[in-house]
Amino acid sequence: MPVITFTINGVPVSGQQSESILEIARQHDIRIPTLCHLDGLSDVGACRLCLMEIEGTSKLLPACSTYPSENMVVRTDTDKLKRYRRTIIELLAAEGNHQCAVCVVNNNCELQNLAYEVGLEHVRAQYLFPKKELDATHPDYIIDRNRCVLCTRCVRVCHEVEGAHVWDIANRGINCEIVADMNQPWGTSESCTSCGKCVLVCPVGALIEKGATVSEMEKHRAFLPYIMTARTKQEWIARAIEED
Amino acid sequence: MTIEELEERAASEQQRQAEFKKRVLTCTAAGCVSCGAGKVVGHFRAQVKERNLAKEVEVVETGCMGLCGSGPLVRVAPDETMYKNVDLEAAHQIFDEHVVGGKPVAAYAVDPKMPFFTRQVKVVLENCGRIDAEKIEASMAAGGYEALARALTEMKPEEVIEEVRKAGLRGRGGAGYPTGLKWSIVRKAQGDQKYVVCNADEGDPGAFMDRSVLEGDPHRVLEGMAIAGYATGASQGYIYIRAEYPLAIERLKTAIKQAERAGLLGNRIMDSALSFRIDLRIGAGAFVCGEETALMRSIQGRRGRPRPRPPYPSEKGLWGMPTLINNVETYANIAPIIRNGSAWFAAMGTPKSPGTKVFALAGKICNTGLIEVPMGVPLREIIEEIGGGTPEGTTFKAAQTGGPSGGCIPAEHLDLPVDYESLQLVGSIMGSGGMIVMDSTSNMVDVAKFFMDFSVDESCGKCVPCRSGTKQIALLLEKIRSGQATPDDLALLEELCVMVKETSLCGLGQSAPNPVLSTLRFFRKEYVDLLIPKLVYEPHEA
Ligand SMILES: Cc1cc2nc3c(=O)[nH]c(=O)nc-3n(C[C@H](O)[C@H](O)[C@H](O)COP(=O)(O)O)c2cc1C
Ligand code: SF4
Ligand code: SF4
Ligand code: SF4
Ligand code: FES
Repeated sequence: MPVITFTINGVPVSGQQSESILEIARQHDIRIPTLCHLDGLSDVGACRLCLMEIEGTSKLLPACSTYPSENMVVRTDTDKLKRYRRTIIELLAAEGNHQCAVCVVNNNCELQNLAYEVGLEHVRAQYLFPKKELDATHPDYIIDRNRCVLCTRCVRVCHEVEGAHVWDIANRGINCEIVADMNQPWGTSESCTSCGKCVLVCPVGALIEKGATVSEMEKHRAFLPYIMTARTKQEWIARAIEED
Repeated sequence: MTIEELEERAASEQQRQAEFKKRVLTCTAAGCVSCGAGKVVGHFRAQVKERNLAKEVEVVETGCMGLCGSGPLVRVAPDETMYKNVDLEAAHQIFDEHVVGGKPVAAYAVDPKMPFFTRQVKVVLENCGRIDAEKIEASMAAGGYEALARALTEMKPEEVIEEVRKAGLRGRGGAGYPTGLKWSIVRKAQGDQKYVVCNADEGDPGAFMDRSVLEGDPHRVLEGMAIAGYATGASQGYIYIRAEYPLAIERLKTAIKQAERAGLLGNRIMDSALSFRIDLRIGAGAFVCGEETALMRSIQGRRGRPRPRPPYPSEKGLWGMPTLINNVETYANIAPIIRNGSAWFAAMGTPKSPGTKVFALAGKICNTGLIEVPMGVPLREIIEEIGGGTPEGTTFKAAQTGGPSGGCIPAEHLDLPVDYESLQLVGSIMGSGGMIVMDSTSNMVDVAKFFMDFSVDESCGKCVPCRSGTKQIALLLEKIRSGQATPDDLALLEELCVMVKETSLCGLGQSAPNPVLSTLRFFRKEYVDLLIPKLVYEPHEA
């Protein structure tokens, strides 16, 4: 396989014909924001964050699913592309219910990180406040569709890696949502092996483990009197830590 | 079947038709059926039976005759008198006075010298409304399958492609990609199996060109596809058609069966080495399934979602194999090109856009219906002469071409030649052939909102700019319409339009903002008039 040389943002790079421009950029420490791409899964070119300008082509093409040719001149850092990336994140922020302050993945969220990275300071688009269904029927996991950015990573990992193909997309356009099996409660899915891969790949707080949500963190204050009684009656089994 | 046999069957059908004193043709395409053509045909048939005229009078059901706004339409041959608005009473009179009595009924007759007819040039529609679409003999009598026979016996595949290339035919599905070039790429592409696909999804609101061709002359499309199969080396064809076209599907099924029985499809066509089958694939009517990569996924039985191109279908299409995808009208042009030669075809239209184009003329115009004109005719001729102008008391404001992917052409560009490049120059597109006329009573912000709502509904939802961006654009348009938007909203609207256009994955999103951008370009004032002024802080003078 011949090696191809070309430039990204003026930096000369080399790679193989079979490597996507995104892979080659990463090998050369050139950062291109991505969301739907995940190493190991097939690429769908859906989030449009990795769009690049290529000299001689009028269309913007996604780095994750475009392959290089000799002497290609690629730019990923123009003002226009930066602006478009910010708008994409803005559209995503307005599309779902992303109240980071009360979200389980606060500070561990790819959408949040991307918002910092592209400098999204405020949202001009109208918030849509979707009322999609939250499904907590699975014994271990929850899907909150209102936080889903429809990257389809869960669909692909479940199909391509786990081989179970539980997830699919239902509906069209703005009403798209991720559904389990034949659009049934996840807990009743017979194809799900409960492997948890979908939860691991989800970039946002849409697929989560149980016990991690903010409401599940609620303090059980009704329990406090028992502690009081136990302490006054000296019913402790072990001594307090400080006394050791 | 050999060429001789084909000619023989054609001649005997011509002979059979000539033996009738009169032939009464009624359009039973969707438009005329919806205003009562079924009853009219029933009446004719009953009359023939009652008066024992089966030997003298033939009653024929045909495809679209063009003047859809004045249906049901009836044509009496051989004198070619055409009647419009034929209700039962009219049918009675026509049968009595014309078919039996021999004297045309002036009250319902259409003036054959009306510009609607004289300004049209029919290539694709030459048989539409003139032949019985359910009889292969009728097609043969009109020259059907002659071109396939000629290609198979006299031409090499390369020569067929060269002929199509020299004709300058460009894809009629919207983008105008050179057909000969596409065919030669598929021919040269490596693959154990190749496919030929006919895109009959026709999702533009208001468009019915492809449906009319399939309902009126299905064999023409089959013939074009078989020639494409021979030229590209494909042995399997698919027609992807929406379930909303039941009559077209029925007629195609009949046509495929007849062609197979006649040895014009299937194994060893006309005793040559060519084997070519055609199967139907019925779509559920999503607009995005007309996009070629989504269409192919749908044929494979998967969800119709586009994927990034390249790779193009001509390299990697159905099941990863080289696949030729063309529009119905594109295939319908093939047989006449092979029959009459590329020079004949190239002489019509303009040098860069040769041939003719079928349009579905609708909206605020006197003669609505299906028309075919040479490429490059001035828009004025279509609107004022063929279409008969806007209704009394109103004036022409704009024509919208290309449906939800296109734009509008305002009155000041009425003299624009209708071809691919000129339309693009004013921010519209040729599209597949929908043409909606708007008069002084139409509001352009409403028009933009209508098309944007369509795109919001039809977006597949795969990529962010189209899924979420079109929704935001529609919300902004609504805000403007309801008089609640500020100049900032208008600026955001324009920004989003450009962004969605440039960043969307497929043609749907890439062209969805066109109706807004184009109405903004020519009718900006209508938007601005609806804005509330920016709030400005004015200090109080004490
Ligand atoms: C959203 C969308 C819808 C389309 N719908 C149709 C259609 O209904 N019919 C059609 O022939 N082409 C349609 N196209 C164009 C096809 O993708 C393709 O370019 C065309 O079928 C190629 O045929 P041609 O070269 O004969 O024009 C559509 C494209 C897009 C992006
Ligand atoms: S837990 Fe595993 S099997 Fe179940 S849906 Fe997620 S990825 Fe698929
Ligand atoms: S649930 Fe998570 S992984 Fe699945 S599509 Fe939504 S955001 Fe992506
Ligand atoms: S542009 Fe629209 S229709 Fe096309 S892939 Fe994106 S979301 Fe789907
Ligand atoms: S990472 Fe390339 S389009 Fe999403």
